[in-house]
Amino acid sequence: MSGGESWGAAHPAAGAAMSGGESRGGAAHPAAGAAPSGAELRERARRAIAEQPGKTVTVLSSLLAAQDELHYLPFEAIEEAAMSAGASVNEAWGVASFYPNFRFTPPARHSVEVCWGPTCHVLGAQPILQGLARHLGLDGEGDTEDGSVSLKFNTCLGVCPHAPAMSFDHQLAGRMSLDAAVSRLERVRSGEQGA
Amino acid sequence: MTEAYEALRMRAAERWDALHAKPWIRVGTGLMGEAAGAPEVLAALREAVARSGADAAISEVGTRGLCYAEPLVDVFVPGGPRALYGNAAPEQAAVIVERHVRGGEAVAELALASVDCDVAGVPRLEDLPMMRRQVRVALRNAGEIDPGDLDQYVARGGFAGLNRALSELGRERTLEEVKNSGLRGRGGAAFSTGMKWSFLAGNPAPEKYILCNCEEGDPGAFNDKTVLETDPFTLIEGCVIAGYATGASNGIVFIRHGHDAPIDRTRAAIAACYENGLLGSGVLGSNFSFEMDVSLVGESYVAGEETALMEAIEGKRSMPRFRPPFPAAYGVWGKPSNINNIKTLSYAPEIVRRGAEWFKEIGTEKSSGTAIACLSGDIRRPGLVEVPFGVTVRQIVEELGGGDPEGKGLKFLQTGGPLGGVLPAEQFDMTLDFDEMAGAGAMFGSGGLIVCNEERSVVDLTRTLLAFDQMESCGKCFPCRLGMSHLLEILERIADGTGRDGDMELMERVGLNMRGGSLCGHGQLGYNPVASAVRFFGGEFRARLEGGEAPPIGSFVGPKATRRGAQMSGGTPTASVKVDFVSRMEPAAAAAGGAR
Ligand SMILES: Cc1cc2nc3c(=O)[nH]c(=O)nc-3n(C[C@H](O)[C@H](O)[C@H](O)COP(=O)(O)O)c2cc1C
Ligand code: SF4
Ligand code: FES
Repeated sequence: MSGGESWGAAHPAAGAAMSGGESRGGAAHPAAGAAPSGAELRERARRAIAEQPGKTVTVLSSLLAAQDELHYLPFEAIEEAAMSAGASVNEAWGVASFYPNFRFTPPARHSVEVCWGPTCHVLGAQPILQGLARHLGLDGEGDTEDGSVSLKFNTCLGVCPHAPAMSFDHQLAGRMSLDAAVSRLERVRSGEQGA
Repeated sequence: MTEAYEALRMRAAERWDALHAKPWIRVGTGLMGEAAGAPEVLAALREAVARSGADAAISEVGTRGLCYAEPLVDVFVPGGPRALYGNAAPEQAAVIVERHVRGGEAVAELALASVDCDVAGVPRLEDLPMMRRQVRVALRNAGEIDPGDLDQYVARGGFAGLNRALSELGRERTLEEVKNSGLRGRGGAAFSTGMKWSFLAGNPAPEKYILCNCEEGDPGAFNDKTVLETDPFTLIEGCVIAGYATGASNGIVFIRHGHDAPIDRTRAAIAACYENGLLGSGVLGSNFSFEMDVSLVGESYVAGEETALMEAIEGKRSMPRFRPPFPAAYGVWGKPSNINNIKTLSYAPEIVRRGAEWFKEIGTEKSSGTAIACLSGDIRRPGLVEVPFGVTVRQIVEELGGGDPEGKGLKFLQTGGPLGGVLPAEQFDMTLDFDEMAGAGAMFGSGGLIVCNEERSVVDLTRTLLAFDQMESCGKCFPCRLGMSHLLEILERIADGTGRDGDMELMERVGLNMRGGSLCGHGQLGYNPVASAVRFFGGEFRARLEGGEAPPIGSFVGPKATRRGAQMSGGTPTASVKVDFVSRMEPAAAAAGGAR
């Protein structure tokens, strides 16, 4: 059996939190609207990789640059990252699959992060993250079925004095309660606030 | 004094005077400010200034560490009072601008503190309970300067240390100065910095690296990011001094991807240093050249371990290497390297500027200088404090921090990060000192102090820490990879009330095997949180096992994407990809480590 088939058939995201979406180009994701073509994704990844700010280009730096641009890593981005640093696609996948901040399917339209670090835990993170998951119809981390919200747990958002902490479309918010989180989430989701 | 430095200093002094010739409003933004709502306050102030027609400058600065009072607004008027407004709200912008900026009088009923002046009915900054006992060395510019403005840094004494090293001390005496200061690493292990630097200095290779570790994966610690966010120039100057003292050629600042404010501010500061002859060839007109760059890493706690960090800089999985060879012999890309925490390096400029003796005067005999502690949890005044070693834990938690916000009794502190331990309230009279704390089984580590009141469950917190440690195990060696999972499983059933006879002994056996058999500190120290919790609060564990009184524990849901386990169980990452060995580029490019 050649190396290609011996690796099983599932996409890494299938075993993890992400739901919905296709591995190649994210064609089927409801959030994607008119899905960009593979060629388009490749071009955007290539440009982001070429224009990354650091002087030192590695597989990891290129993967991060591509994810910053596309918000996930389609196959084309992995291939471009590998080529940028003279690595094989397998090596690039090995790196991408190690760091949990990479995702392999397009994210939902909005991102919500809840800190579950020790300070936030002590000050009540669990009721917030469990309540939010319930509110969104999820059983924990993951994307809502309508593609509107990606819920992610963060190990420490770095603002522990303002615990319990969250972020909404990458905007930090401190001293949260479940009620405040739900109402801010709904404002973000209805487009009133956030990116 | 080098001519280049003198020119910088003159320009900076002029700019500083010009800044103080009209009203100057400073708003603490960055991560802390953002979480507290500073962007809204900043916008309201901008609007109020524009509407009032006042000619005032507005700068974004980093946090002062007084996080309980954020958003924090600092207003200076020439010839008038300077005051800080705490817990500032957008609605207050108009009155602050009208009365303080335009009217020249501090708004006493809103002010938190006055700075370098007296305002009736308002305490002076240094008399705030949280500021008492503080000695600011690494954080001397926090909240004072715009982190993007090199001139402001230089105006407050910045690059005087580097100038002294280059023009007066020379290589060896600079290294001696740092050695004699007794500076010890602030990244966890508290190893002598001067000694570490001399290992690198002793290696004659032409290409050597100073790696600045700002991975800061410790949940509950936020001082590294704060140093970068409030004053990235201090780190850069410290890194250049380290480079000069050790004969290194390159510096790399290593930061976790995702925290935009510290990353952007560091990048901008490095660019400014290049433009002003403080980096690149011929630093400050000397014959010493030094290059600097920022390297980002994905989410990984173990990436902060020194050899894993080098792997990550090379663009690989952040999995620790075997040692020896040690970094001073074989570091990043095989080049000799020195790894220091960001705080450690941030002390170097002031040590070299003011001399080793000055630094030694602060702190205790074996722990010289100051400690930067991050206060969070059940505490009235959470935030950052910089205190001399030798103060007691009680002074920090009760005097500076103000104890529990509702006046409940305190039960313990969690210290030293997710591989650290707990310090019960009975031991709060311990002085802050690396060795004394280590002797009591509580690491000071990177300075996170998570305060827990009498209602908190130590079993619950320990389980959460182990959930983190388990998720973060890189998976390279089995005592840690399996041991962490095993410990977590046992802790989970103890927390759920379904523990079994012999569980405590089992945890100990697993833990000791991890300690003895793991490759890096993550696995070696992974049993610490459990051992420490059991040592001081063993009764609480036994009560959960055997029935008895113990604080309640709520249900726990952790993240799904555990690093190796869950991702791998759904199929290997290569599964949906054509395996493509031919997309390799020129072997020469790969061998160059991808360095452009
Ligand atoms: C699992 C693990 C994680 C670590 N994480 C960090 C970190 O985030 N930041 C840091 O400065 N040191 C970290 N360290 C310690 C580093 O390995 C290293 O000792 C330190 O950066 C040296 O700097 P110093 O001598 O200035 O303290 C970590 C160590 C281990 C074992
Ligand atoms: S001890 Fe843990 S983190 Fe360290 S190398 Fe082994 S598996 Fe990785
Ligand atoms: S623990 Fe939640 S922000 Fe640090």
